[in-house]
Amino acid sequence: MVGGPVVSRTVAVIPAFNEEAALPSLLNELRAVAGLVPVVVDDGSTDSTAQVARQAGVAVLQLPFNLGVGGAVRAGLCWAVERDAERVLVIDADGQHNPSDIDALITAVDQGAGLAIGSRFAEGAGAYTVGSTRRRAMRLLNGIVRSTTGVAVTDATSGFRAMNRTVAEFLAREYPVEYLADTVEVVVMVHRAGFDVVEVPVSMRIRAGGLPSSRRFRLAFNMLRLLVGILGGVLFGRGRRKT
Amino acid sequence: MSNAAQVGVALCAVVLTLWTLRLVGQRKLRSKYALLWLVVTSPLVPLAFFPGIVDAAGDAVGVEYAPALLFAAADLLLLAIVIHYSWELSRAEVRLRRLGEEVALLRARLDEVEHD
Repeated sequence: MVGGPVVSRTVAVIPAFNEEAALPSLLNELRAVAGLVPVVVDDGSTDSTAQVARQAGVAVLQLPFNLGVGGAVRAGLCWAVERDAERVLVIDADGQHNPSDIDALITAVDQGAGLAIGSRFAEGAGAYTVGSTRRRAMRLLNGIVRSTTGVAVTDATSGFRAMNRTVAEFLAREYPVEYLADTVEVVVMVHRAGFDVVEVPVSMRIRAGGLPSSRRFRLAFNMLRLLVGILGGVLFGRGRRKT
Repeated sequence: MSNAAQVGVALCAVVLTLWTLRLVGQRKLRSKYALLWLVVTSPLVPLAFFPGIVDAAGDAVGVEYAPALLFAAADLLLLAIVIHYSWELSRAEVRLRRLGEEVALLRARLDEVEHD
């Protein structure tokens, strides 16, 4: 089913940059999840990511140039909202995120969460190790989210998430495209807008292909930029939504 | 520098900082530009209260009229910012052209579909 209205209720947004190797097996696995409509957002890939997705018979949004993960997710959210998705799932194209965790994320949303984050570090999550620089950065980011929202997140940078329709509509308009802001600041924004944010333990798998997107030398700049964005939002952003 | 001037400069820096953060909060300014302007305005506060920093820096580099060093630094910084903007603008122009082409291609494709 390419294009047409979404019959079932959950759209799976899959941002993909040069993921021709990993994509087919992921799409194959997603086919087994009932009621899931995948949309691959090809973020200006130079390989055959878009063709591979079309061959698998799923909807493809082909961005004319690279917008970054945040930009790709934004485009996917717009597509999902336009097609009246009831919920939106965001999952990496590289196969790291395990489709068997999707059910838990969707269930969390159905139980009232606006945003459910798949956490690699929450109690009950599978073993997952990161380098010391990244671990320190992640701790700091979790701390920022905790102190601004009061939500005890353990994995603010996780890109494996599910949200309800209202949050998808909100984020289709407000999603920040900058690296780190596209994960961490989103949590703060969604919470400030008055929605519940919860974490669901997930287990990671070894990357099936593609290149890791983390570049350590830009981390400090990205963290500072994120802080400025969050500070501005907390001080002058639109207030809490009346519920 | 007089007390009034010191307070004036510091006040300007504070106002600029708050204005920048406000624009970010309202999503009218992207955070990378906000970071740039915060980095540019933040040294104004210590400089306002400790003007001796400029003189000391002048002595250290061997510039006789120390304020000239401040102007030179400001000039260089602004030059770097303008060059960066030219780069950003060039990239934006390329992308805009790509979008125009994309729309034209899509329209051609739509015409084909409608005539089928």
